[in-house]
Amino acid sequence: MSVRGPRKGENYELSIDLNSEYRDKRKDAIKRVIAAMTVGKDVSGLFPDVLKNMQTEDLEQKKLVYLYLMNYAKTQPELVILAVNTFVKDTDDPNPLVRALAIRTMGCLRAEKIIDYLSDPLQKGLRDENPYVRKTAALCVAKLYSLKPELVIENGFLEQLHDMISDANPMVVANTVAALTDIHMTATSQLSSSSAGPVPEGEGIFVISPAILSKLLIALNECSEWGRVAILNALARYEAQGEKESDHICERVVPQFQHANGGVVLAAVKVIMIHIRGVQRPELIKSLIKKMAPPLVTLLSSPPEVQWVALRNINLLLQKRPDILQSEMRVFFCKYNDPLYVKVEKLDIMVRLAGENNVEALLSELKEYSSEVDVDFVRKSIKAIGQTAVKIDSAAERCVNVLLELINTRVSYVVQEAVVVMKDIFRKYPSTYEGVIPTLCSNLDELDEPEAKASLIWIIGEYANKIDNADELLGIFVDSFTEESYPVQLQTLTAVVKLFLKKPDSSQGVVQRVLNTATKDCDSPDVRDRAYIYWRLLSSDPASAKAVVLADRPPISIPQTTVAPALLEKLLGEISSLASVYHKPEETFVGKGRVGADSVQRGPTGLSDAQRALQTVAQGQQAENLLDLDSDEVSGDTTSLGGGLSSGLAAMEITPAAKNIISGTSSNPLDDLVSIFGNSTPAMSSNVSSPVQQSQSSQFGGMGGFGDLGLSPTAPKPAGNASSPQQQQGQEEDLLGLF
Amino acid sequence: MISAFFIFNQKGEVLISRLFRTDFKRSIADVFRIQVVSNPDVRSPIITLGSTSFFHTRVNNLYVVAVTKSNANAALIFEFCYKFINIAKSYFGKVDEESVKNNFVVIYELIDEIVDFGYPQNSEIDTLKTYITTESVVSSAVAVEESSKITAQATGATSWRRGDVKYKKNEAFVDVIENVNLIMSAKGNVLRADVDGHIQMRAYLSGTPECKFGLNDKLVIDKSQGSGGDAVELDDCHFHQCVRLHEFDLTRTISFVPPDGEFELMRYRSTTNVKLPLRVLPTVTEIGTSQVSYAVTVKANFNSKLSATNVVLRIPTPLNTTNVECKVANGKAKYVPAENVIVWKIPRIQGGQECTLSANAELTSMTTRQVWARPPIDVDFQVLMFTSSGLIVRFLKVFEKSGYTSIKWVRYLTKASGTYQIRF
Repeated sequence: MSVRGPRKGENYELSIDLNSEYRDKRKDAIKRVIAAMTVGKDVSGLFPDVLKNMQTEDLEQKKLVYLYLMNYAKTQPELVILAVNTFVKDTDDPNPLVRALAIRTMGCLRAEKIIDYLSDPLQKGLRDENPYVRKTAALCVAKLYSLKPELVIENGFLEQLHDMISDANPMVVANTVAALTDIHMTATSQLSSSSAGPVPEGEGIFVISPAILSKLLIALNECSEWGRVAILNALARYEAQGEKESDHICERVVPQFQHANGGVVLAAVKVIMIHIRGVQRPELIKSLIKKMAPPLVTLLSSPPEVQWVALRNINLLLQKRPDILQSEMRVFFCKYNDPLYVKVEKLDIMVRLAGENNVEALLSELKEYSSEVDVDFVRKSIKAIGQTAVKIDSAAERCVNVLLELINTRVSYVVQEAVVVMKDIFRKYPSTYEGVIPTLCSNLDELDEPEAKASLIWIIGEYANKIDNADELLGIFVDSFTEESYPVQLQTLTAVVKLFLKKPDSSQGVVQRVLNTATKDCDSPDVRDRAYIYWRLLSSDPASAKAVVLADRPPISIPQTTVAPALLEKLLGEISSLASVYHKPEETFVGKGRVGADSVQRGPTGLSDAQRALQTVAQGQQAENLLDLDSDEVSGDTTSLGGGLSSGLAAMEITPAAKNIISGTSSNPLDDLVSIFGNSTPAMSSNVSSPVQQSQSSQFGGMGGFGDLGLSPTAPKPAGNASSPQQQQGQEEDLLGLF
Repeated sequence: MISAFFIFNQKGEVLISRLFRTDFKRSIADVFRIQVVSNPDVRSPIITLGSTSFFHTRVNNLYVVAVTKSNANAALIFEFCYKFINIAKSYFGKVDEESVKNNFVVIYELIDEIVDFGYPQNSEIDTLKTYITTESVVSSAVAVEESSKITAQATGATSWRRGDVKYKKNEAFVDVIENVNLIMSAKGNVLRADVDGHIQMRAYLSGTPECKFGLNDKLVIDKSQGSGGDAVELDDCHFHQCVRLHEFDLTRTISFVPPDGEFELMRYRSTTNVKLPLRVLPTVTEIGTSQVSYAVTVKANFNSKLSATNVVLRIPTPLNTTNVECKVANGKAKYVPAENVIVWKIPRIQGGQECTLSANAELTSMTTRQVWARPPIDVDFQVLMFTSSGLIVRFLKVFEKSGYTSIKWVRYLTKASGTYQIRF
């Protein structure tokens, strides 16, 4: 035999052992090769030596060799040919386990040359008398399709698979369904990605007919847990022909709620949520919804990860059917040792379930959480108190009391978050809880976060006529104006102007000072421009300044849904999938649909699914922040006017400065949305930002459009192009720092 | 579907790696190591980077990771990861770095068997054990017949049972095990009390026995209906795949052909009339800024013939505690500085009995006074022959062709570990 490589080292020793005359030694060597392979060492050089050990009676050894082959077949295509004979021989072995093993492995080899030899054994495998071999062969068709679809079609494997849906063995049916679904997905995604080129007659490779439906429903009750999920997935794709069929499907699927596997339960929920659309009888709908609640609650005693997936999906379900778990709030109470991701999700759901009857219990829980250790969780709990106050009018006072108690703890982050939350409560119930203001103001020194500061300043400006020393308090911020962050600066500016309009006599000096500082010493164009506008407004027409700055603000409320209705429907049809966990359409994170900025902008299919989906994401994101967005327009028209103007102008005239902002940090909420997707950020954010920009333009009338126009030419590349408006939007939101 | 499956150790070294699809290279493992293992800020069990999603669970410092590029079924993937961990536990006793390293050959064999092309296949431990063993199997003429049986079982309608089981003595053991979840407020109000129960069965029955199982339950779908009698209200129950769900849905009978050996027959949940076996009455007062005094009483609220065993109370102390003096009449109490808790262990509390701990914690002065978060007191315990929900097994009938008689044993156990929390 030829000598390869150096005559020493680990691989050389292995090679000697692999050729040893003793069986045990050879087997041991194979194990060592696999171990080396696992940790990432390159043992591909041993290919011929390992291959020699393939023909053996020892099943374990055979499996090990196969494992090795699967790993290196791609890199050594010529040598794989040597293995073909053994494989083909194995597919005729009397032992069904060996036959299945050979077919399974051949499908995983991914080497062009061996694939051509796969067709015949596969043909036999699909007709094998043993169900174990048949179920393996069924999946192998899907493997083959992903490598060489032509072969599958030429050999008529698809027709065979369709026939196998009627197989007597439920496992075979389940795997056939899984394989057909897989092929269907591959085919349709190819279809949509490459409009040109040879497309296999893939359109609707796996269309579920009523005949197939009845077979699936029968197999559903008999196959393994994983098989059930595959079948339920297929049922979810079926389009029911009329009400009767919808009823029938729902009734047959409901028992699956009692399955121990959370995957099966959620898959069943998905099927019900889809087919319930066709159910007309109100009593059936009622009973289906009722039966859905207990299993969902039970999922909360699963391991934390499954719990989390369940919670995210419950959150979605509640948006569609808020009554589903109405009386179950207590089970969502956080345990002290729950992982943070579970706790946060539970908080969200608790606020969703809050009503007059359970608000007492909820508040005492939230108060309890506010004294826990994890800062993030504490903040979210306090935020939840604010959301409860905004949601339930009758509970607002109790919420305010709880917040006051929390402020008295004097824990810095608690106080700051509480101040931010108080601002929302003032937005919702203007002039109701003014008695709280002195307490808030006394904590002025504790605040060091921009958001908290900006909130307090807004409150002071808003109630300037009720606070005796408002000018004094605002004076503190005016003194340190240039050191503050931009959101605080903007907020100070507005608050001082409000103060001036309310108490012109005592605050002339302050307003002069702040306008002076803002226009002369401030390096943010946004702040400067807003100051100029105020200045001009005040000097030219104080009456209209009053009308603009002190205009009534639109009321705020907690949005019932965080995703747009169309997207919600889509996600409910994908319960328990990643999309439903993220509350985002799959196009945003799954390979093919994750389109770059350019393709969306000048894509030929103007209204592609992906684009629409992305828009809905953006809308959803807005809805989520509705509360905050609204409060952004603190002084109604003024801000929008000022903001729109400033951002537009800034970008046009002072590009370097604008770039500065762009490179600076931003607490843009869109970042949150995107951050989870890691490196997809540029593509995503740019897509997402465009609809946001649109809504911005509509908000600002002509001004936003102006900004948009002004920006495009200055941007160097598409990503930058899109990110600048986004950044503007960020500024817009940061304006008052109310995030 | 799952595209790749990995096991990492705590340092992020790959112990097991298996790719099922063509869309990944092995180097995807490095991405996980960099982005998750060495990133302390990871707070979500699913991480999506670009279009690649990593699902990870942790067990004994190991990361069990499934990777996918599609819009996969998240619940299924996590259930699968836990299934794998269970299988590994039952094969190797425990799942840690050492056992994975020592058994990697079997693990690869198992993975190969339970997942194909990213789709989970048969994961019934009982069946797997018939043909994936720690000793090597030789494929010979004799084995062929055996294999046919195995494959029939692995794919059959009763994939969990082989047909040829024989026992001299036909026995079935039923364990009703209840886990009590309690959150009690500082004022002594029960905020949340419910029971997660499961019924564990060990069946040593010959042939293909048909079992019928009865409890004193009534499943409440509509909570507004009044309750009556001693029937226990179950909010929900879930069954092992051997139970005929359709029949349960129609007639509420639990009928099944049990797997051979041990399995979890059902899981249930009950929230009404939960009896709390232990009542804890804590009085904790902060004396100035330098001392905290504790007086904690535990009361056993059940029949005096029964007893709670292995009772462990974990009573939190402030972070700046220097020393704690404890006095107890029963058991042993010790301050554990590393965890900032007083651990009070009582080997046995008879029903009706009361135990008290009094302790005094000394604190160092801190420059910044921070409010003590007061985490809840956590109680672990076990009470034999007691169910918090009041559930009782009414009957277990076994029918088999050969008509043998079988002996049935029933045990009850109520316990809590980490879920029985009392705030103070």
